[in-house]
Amino acid sequence: MNEAAIELQDLQVAYTVRGVDRRVLRGVSFSIGQGESYGLVGESGCGKTTAAFAIMRYLPRNAKILNGSIRLNGEDMIGMSGSSMRRLHATTVSMVYQNPASALNPSIRIGPQLAEVFELMGVAKEEAMHQSEEMLHKVQISDPQRVMRRYPHQLSGGMQQRAVIAMALAKNPTLLILDEPTTGLDATVEAEVLDLIAALRQEFGTSVLFISHNLAVIAKMCERVGVLYAGRLVEEGPAHEIFRAPRHPYTVGLLRCIPRGGLRKDETALDTIPGFLPRLGADLPGCVFEPRCGLAKEVCREQEPDLYPLGHGRASRCHFHDRAHELPRVAPARLPAVQAANGQPLLEVANGSKTFRQEGQDVQALVDVSLVVRPGEVLGLVGESGSGKTTLARVLLGLTAADEGSILEMDGERLAGKVEKRSTEQVRSLQIVFQNPDGALNRRHSVRRIVGRALEKLLGMKGRDRDKRAVELAESVRFDQALMGAKPAQLSGGLKQRVAIARAFAGEPRIVLCDEPTSALDVSVQAAILNLLVELQTQKGVSYVFISHDLGVVRYISDRIAVMYLGRLQEVGDAETVFSGPHHPYTEALLSAVPTLEGEERARIRLEGEIPSAADPPSGCVFHTRCPRFLGEICVQEEPPLTEVEPGHLMRCHIPVDELRRLQAEARAVAQSKTTT
Amino acid sequence: MTTIDEQAAPIAIPIRPDETKVERNERLRLLVRSPTFLIGCVLVGVWVVCAIFGNLIAPHNPVAPDILSKFEPPSGQHLFGTDKLGQDVLSRVILGARSVLVVAPVATILGTVLGTTIGLVTGYYRGFVDEATMRVVDAILAIPLIITALLVVTAVGPSRKTLILVIGFVFTPIIAKTVRAAVLGEAQLDYVQAARLRNEHGPYVMFAEILPNVTGPIIVEFTVRLGYAIFTVATLAFLGFAADPTIPDWGKDISTHYQSINAGYWWPVLFPSLAIATLIVGINLIADAIAQLFER
Repeated sequence: MNEAAIELQDLQVAYTVRGVDRRVLRGVSFSIGQGESYGLVGESGCGKTTAAFAIMRYLPRNAKILNGSIRLNGEDMIGMSGSSMRRLHATTVSMVYQNPASALNPSIRIGPQLAEVFELMGVAKEEAMHQSEEMLHKVQISDPQRVMRRYPHQLSGGMQQRAVIAMALAKNPTLLILDEPTTGLDATVEAEVLDLIAALRQEFGTSVLFISHNLAVIAKMCERVGVLYAGRLVEEGPAHEIFRAPRHPYTVGLLRCIPRGGLRKDETALDTIPGFLPRLGADLPGCVFEPRCGLAKEVCREQEPDLYPLGHGRASRCHFHDRAHELPRVAPARLPAVQAANGQPLLEVANGSKTFRQEGQDVQALVDVSLVVRPGEVLGLVGESGSGKTTLARVLLGLTAADEGSILEMDGERLAGKVEKRSTEQVRSLQIVFQNPDGALNRRHSVRRIVGRALEKLLGMKGRDRDKRAVELAESVRFDQALMGAKPAQLSGGLKQRVAIARAFAGEPRIVLCDEPTSALDVSVQAAILNLLVELQTQKGVSYVFISHDLGVVRYISDRIAVMYLGRLQEVGDAETVFSGPHHPYTEALLSAVPTLEGEERARIRLEGEIPSAADPPSGCVFHTRCPRFLGEICVQEEPPLTEVEPGHLMRCHIPVDELRRLQAEARAVAQSKTTT
Repeated sequence: MTTIDEQAAPIAIPIRPDETKVERNERLRLLVRSPTFLIGCVLVGVWVVCAIFGNLIAPHNPVAPDILSKFEPPSGQHLFGTDKLGQDVLSRVILGARSVLVVAPVATILGTVLGTTIGLVTGYYRGFVDEATMRVVDAILAIPLIITALLVVTAVGPSRKTLILVIGFVFTPIIAKTVRAAVLGEAQLDYVQAARLRNEHGPYVMFAEILPNVTGPIIVEFTVRLGYAIFTVATLAFLGFAADPTIPDWGKDISTHYQSINAGYWWPVLFPSLAIATLIVGINLIADAIAQLFER
């Protein structure tokens, strides 16, 4: 076997916090072969990024390497001098970060910025510019000349990340480290970037260390996977085998957290991983996962298991690796039946439009949206960023007033455009759980005050009544009442989101808007929050408008789904209908963009380019510029109406539904035959 | 540059509920440890003690002229020497702290309260009032502070009240601008939207929700302004507009004696000047330490 591109041996890294060394990596060993793609997964705080920074030797100042070795192409990196490090950075390793906007220098145009990488390698200036252009071609930027003259902020997120990848690959590195490279991107853009990375890896033969919390992305992109937990590699092996038959309870738990394979809330609750990640630097004499493991025995507490080899390059750090799949479920297997959604519409929007005035231009964020929310139902809202999902939520809440002519009704009564003009009754009926609990909770207020104030203003509760109700609310969201006095900064992300949910439910709302409530959370926490939301919904009979870009999550929780594109509804229907098809071509593309753990059995459709500007929407059908099933002139000339193609299933497309059904069945058959061969 | 940013090493350490680390206490602890802050505190502390207990500390009566012993150089009897009226310079420097340390802080507090209120209102409501106010603010900022103060004091006549009001009002727009900028950032956050979704009134949102989150910039601005206020008070006194001509005043003492420097009498000028310098340096050190803390 030839030499490994990178080899970590027993790497131990600690951060010095207030004079105490706290170990973050507790001995991590793995190696990546030449041209191999290796995935590192685990929840936040497990040490993934620290491992990457250790390889780059970019650890923060308070970090130190306690033990172990890092060898790049056989060369020891820990003892290396500053100048050799610089040489290495200029030629052999590169890294791509999650946020491309901060990885690019905002004051230098893309061209010179990229050319600098070549110049560092000793290429003459003009030649460097020339090579830069070629590099941008390789990352599938269609008009590199134009892009090179642009400043980073003038490019979209997907384009920026392409530029960063171009810079990273410009030096033809031996090792490319990708740290959550697509986490900030839309699913459609993510799919394109992932395809691009896969193609470039083939072309350049680069070894890749791919870090992600998204197991499906890792499954798609990597040959081998290491599962990191609390600074320890707990399981390692070929990607498809690990995800098919995990042999460590942590991997088993992680996989069970994800709503996938068309799982629905009425079938089963999601499993979660109880407890918290051990504190940084905590003393763990036994197995690192023991405190949270349902299979733990006496021996697990006392003795840390070895990394048991399991054959076929697999290994698991568990005393009971052969029984990992027997890990007991934590959540109840089945939730009580959800009430059927029927009856009079609770909330109705008719001709909902919203136009923003931006730099003298009218930007239509919402165009003629008509939608109902029925009592007790979950309406999923999906679409790329910029599709108007959040604007719609804000309009419903009255945070942004809709344009004149838009009609908002609740129980048949008109709702004022601005929340300030609505009655208390109406205000408390419509609440929201925001995406980012950090911004949604006042950092200076205690949990008691945050929840208490909502009770006071919405229900008019005071004094002891209010405090008692606040504690009850906290209990109903499984928030420990001992923490009522804590400030948000003292709470973990999941706990913060629970407080936000408690606040949303304080006024006994009838509709709660959930704007990506789990996208900032780790999968195990996401599962717990989703379970909680489903439970609250069945208990209290509220309706949700659930916005998410994660189609697995939307499918799990929603009864009906509305798909938006450029501020317009493209498809509305029952969740199962929308997912099983026939779908609107846009929905079809969205679905196909999502990587799955099960592998690709769907047709691969890639949307070209980015979502057009809302200031200058395309003529006719707004989706025609990117539509994979573009018909012709009619799509450019005429906007198709939103018509009912099946009972309860609305679609905005010129292609007859039967034709769509046939085309999509064909595409599926082709994809299936490809995966089987 | 390469794709790597050396500063970008985000290490998220999730805080668990059992770890009760309060952000504010943590800040206070860091502050107390900072040498910059401590030196500043000592310098300012000395003058505060002088202002409060001056009567007890001063070795002589600062306003008792003694014509027979005028312009005596520093000696055991008069550590800082005597001035042209034979008054003890040390005692005058000690008690001179009082006039500065009343006017400057009160004026700065006035400016901070008014500025914070205007900043909160304009930053939260935006719109036309915001635009109009900010243009006025820019206009005021274009005129040097000392000129405005001079004009008003000449017109109205110097008194402690006038000085406080003038300096306070001149500071108001400057502080309003800083607060407004901080409020603009906060008003974008969802907790402000959440407040609207429970029918909160504007004043509650501004003062109970947003204000506690912008205290950092306000404290920094306050300390910086305090330094300027002291400088302004001393300058006005030097130009002949002391708040209260009957009590010792550093600026006034410098102006009455600076022409005697040519005659070799440097001590009645040097010591009050050093007093002003140490106080301002002390306050600026504190301001630096606090600013650094909030920038972390």
